[in-house]
Formats: sequence, C-alpha cells, structure tokens
Amino acid sequence: MITKVDAIGDVCPIPVVKTKNAIKELNGAGTVETLVDNEIAVQNLTKMANQKGYGVKSEKLAEDQFRVTMEISADQTASAQAAPEEETEECLVTPAGRKKKTVVAVTASVMGTGNDELGAVLIKGFLYALTQMEELPSSILFYNGGATLTCEGSASIEDLKSLEAQGVEILTCGTCLNYYKLSEKLAVGGVTNMYEITERLTQADLVVRP
Amino acid sequence: MSSEKITFCKGGGCTAKLGAQALNRVLSLLPKGEKDPALLVGFSSKDDAAVYKLTDEIAFVQTLDFFPPMVPDPYTFGQIAATNALSDIYAMGGTVKTALNIVCFPEKWDLNILGEILRGGSEKVIEAGATLAGGHSIADTDVKYGLSVTGIVHPDHIWQNNTGHPGDLLILTKALGVGILCTADRVGEAPKDGMEAAIRSMTTLNKNAAECCARYEIHACTDVTGFSFLGHLHEMMDGRLSARIWADQVPVLPGAQACADEFLLTAAAQRNRNHVGGFVRFEGIPFSMEEVLFDPQTSGGLLAAVRPDQAEQLLADLRRQGLPAAIVGEIVKKEETEIQVSMDHD
Repeated sequence: MITKVDAIGDVCPIPVVKTKNAIKELNGAGTVETLVDNEIAVQNLTKMANQKGYGVKSEKLAEDQFRVTMEISADQTASAQAAPEEETEECLVTPAGRKKKTVVAVTASVMGTGNDELGAVLIKGFLYALTQMEELPSSILFYNGGATLTCEGSASIEDLKSLEAQGVEILTCGTCLNYYKLSEKLAVGGVTNMYEITERLTQADLVVRP
Repeated sequence: MSSEKITFCKGGGCTAKLGAQALNRVLSLLPKGEKDPALLVGFSSKDDAAVYKLTDEIAFVQTLDFFPPMVPDPYTFGQIAATNALSDIYAMGGTVKTALNIVCFPEKWDLNILGEILRGGSEKVIEAGATLAGGHSIADTDVKYGLSVTGIVHPDHIWQNNTGHPGDLLILTKALGVGILCTADRVGEAPKDGMEAAIRSMTTLNKNAAECCARYEIHACTDVTGFSFLGHLHEMMDGRLSARIWADQVPVLPGAQACADEFLLTAAAQRNRNHVGGFVRFEGIPFSMEEVLFDPQTSGGLLAAVRPDQAEQLLADLRRQGLPAAIVGEIVKKEETEIQVSMDHD
C-alpha cells in the first residue's frame, strides 16, 4: 500500500507530523510518499526515517518540489501504532477497537440560515473552536459553498492548517472548486471527488453539519 | 472570539532567522566603506552588537532584533521579543540605556493585541532599567516585534565573542530547547511543564547573569540564539580555538528531548546542523541531545568563557540568582575537530 502525503507549502515540523500520522495509519507494511517544497524538510524527514530505521530515499522532482519515499516494514508500523500509551488506551474505549469516526460536512460558506454576514462570522468561529476540541474529527469535507473556506481569502486557513497538522483530513470537493473557479486557489488540504465524499459520510459514526 | 490566536503564532522567534550560510554569502559581498577606527566591534566579527568608542571611558553599544511570534499570547510574545533584543547588549558586557520599538502589525487586526505586545515589551525595558524612547510601526501582513537597543560599555571591558583563551571554562546561563518546545507547542504536542519552563526562560533578562559575569574575568561572551548552542560556539571558536563540550552537563528544558525524539524539529535546527555539523564530532550522544544542541534558541542564555579558576565561584553566583547555569565545557588549543561533544568528562 502506498500512502501519499502532500506537505507542499507546509513549514517544519508539519511535513514530519503528517508523515508520522500516515505511517501510523498504515496497516502493516507500506510505503509513504511525502511531497515537500524545500530541501530542509527533506533532510528532517530523512533524519526521522534514519532514526526509526525506515528505508528512505528522496528525489527532486522540480525546482521547489521533492519526494521523500519511506518503506516501512510490518513490525515497524506495529511499534509506531503502539508507541504512545494514552493512544492505545483511548482505542480500547470504543468497542470496535478503533477511534470513533466523526466527519464534519461544511456545505456552505456560512453557518446557519438568516443573516449571511453573521453566518460568516459563525463558521469562522466554529472552525476555530474545532481546533480547540479534545477529540478532533477524522475528516472535514467542504462542498458547494463550503469550498470557498479552504481557498485563498478564507479567514479560516490557519485554523484548518492547524487541524491538518493535528491529523485531521481536510478535503474539498473538486467539482465545486471547478464550478466556483477556485481550483488554483486551494490553500489547505486535498481535493476529493463524490465517491470519496460519499464514502466518508456513509462510513462515519457521526456526521456534523454546522 | 480569540480566533486570531492561531494566526498570531506561525512558528517565529529565532527559528525565523535566515540561515547563517545564506547570510554569510550576502554579507561577504557588501561594499566595505572606509574603516572608522572608533568602531570597535562591527560586522567583521559576527558579534551580537556594534560597539562605537566615544571617549576612552565610554563606548556605545547598538543592536536591533525583532521577529514573528513564537507563542500564541501577545503579551508574552512582547516580553520575549524585548528580553531577546536587550540580551545582545548584555552579551557585550554593556548596560542598556534606551530602546526603540520596532513593530509590524496587520492594519485590520484588533489594536488591543498590539497594545498587549507593546505592554509586554515595555515592562521588560523597564525591568532592564532602560527607557523606552520611541519606535516605528509598519502595517504588514504578519506581526513582528522587537527593539533597537542602545547601551554603553567601557571600551576596555567589552566582551567579544571570539576572544576566548585555551583553558577557559564555558558557562551557559539558561537551559536549551525552547525552539523544539515552541515548535511542538504549535502542533499541540509540547508538555505543559516544558512550555511553561520555556516561557519562563525566554522572559528572563540576561541582566543578572551579565552582572554576575562582570565580577569575574570573562574572556569572551555571546548569547545563544537562533544559530543554536553549537552555532554560536562555532563563532566563538573563530577558526583558531577548539572546544570540548560535556553533554551531560548541558542544562535542557523539561520535555525538549522527548519532543526531539518525536521529530518535532524546526527547519532552522536543520540549517544549523548543515552549517556547523561539519565542525562537530559527537561521541555517544543520543539523537535528541544532538537536536537540542542544534536547536535555535529565542532569548537564550549567555555563553561565557571564564578564567578556569574563577568558574566555580561564578557558577555559584549564577545559581544563587536562580539561573539553571552550568559549566558545560572548556576551550582548548585548536585541534583537528573544532567541537567535540562527549557524554562526560574526566
């Protein structure tokens, strides 16, 4: 299994944090490919791989684009998952032996109906408050009007980056980005499609729609 | 709603410094004007501040330091930035006299945030016994704050950073690891006690440390900031001295090594490693300790080279001030390896 991590535009230690999260999520042996935009991040990732004993190689794909590939063996993922004790305990609480999956679906650029100016303030406040929650959602999906919140000009970029750094998957609907002509403006997280959105929503334990 | 909090801190402090390698390339190309004999310390020595002699008794010391926030609280940030800027004067053996604010602030932000930053800064200037005499502010996309500080020093008692003697013992007055802890804090992984200790350390003026040092024969002194302990030590060696560092003696903030083991590392630390790693030989040093020694410090402590027979006494003075000071190594004659770091000394 190959997991791809996009850490373009992220400053250290976020590329390392994202890669560590991806390694934790590997079930068994696997490969994690991390894209970064600077050589120092390549060096910090390589340093981590060497300390952990992962196979590692890196290549320069373009000016300001590097790919670091780590090969993780099955026993290494096991130790990556078991390492922090509290996390193991937390996992045991849910009956299925996994964390509860909460998915947040952001469907508009505002929160609630009524006054949109107020709604914009509310959604910004909501996304900020999410960063402060003890239990974070596993994914936040942005579609239709919600797609503007992950793009340049949104007041929530830093909050979303902080959530992403803490391991929350940030996904924006690609069709929506195209429709609003925002494809070039995405500032945080990845692009997704209806198949993935549907999968996230149907497999969630809890869907939150602000 | 305090939604500014997250935006406020993007990982600043001395981790935001340009790398020494990049900087040296640019500086070496600058046109050099006619040398003014009254300029006792300038660019050429890569020292912490410029020193200009006015009379045989008085020289003035001038420095400027500012950076983006490294902590989410504006008031604490103001305190740290000011403490850091004032430190350069102390590192030269000087007394601070006046300070000017330098601030960049987004026009649309709540001015109370700016007020808090300046309040923190102003309190530290007062604590230092100096006067805040003015300042300059610019509307900018991101927050940056610091001070331009002027102090005085006796021309015969300047502590340069590159004038140590073989045999001198090296004393460090603050614990290392603030860069790692602030970085870990940004992704919510810094232990609470570690972050609190880091903030206490960053807001502690080097005033008392400098006053203690002034009672002894200090041959060289610098403050440990963005270029890390090893980076500043390398500048201290100046290509003509070597040092042996005893890693088990180096004070480290609680939690910093644990965070380094989680690879919560700054880009600046890696740049420091790239810049000075070639001059350093580690002997049996754990990875996390290596990282601490390359960790960029914001408002770090003084690193002083003191006459060896006075070191214990100075250390006792510093400890009495409540500083986590330690004798961390010694200067030796130039050896093949400039800086040797081992776990203990015998």
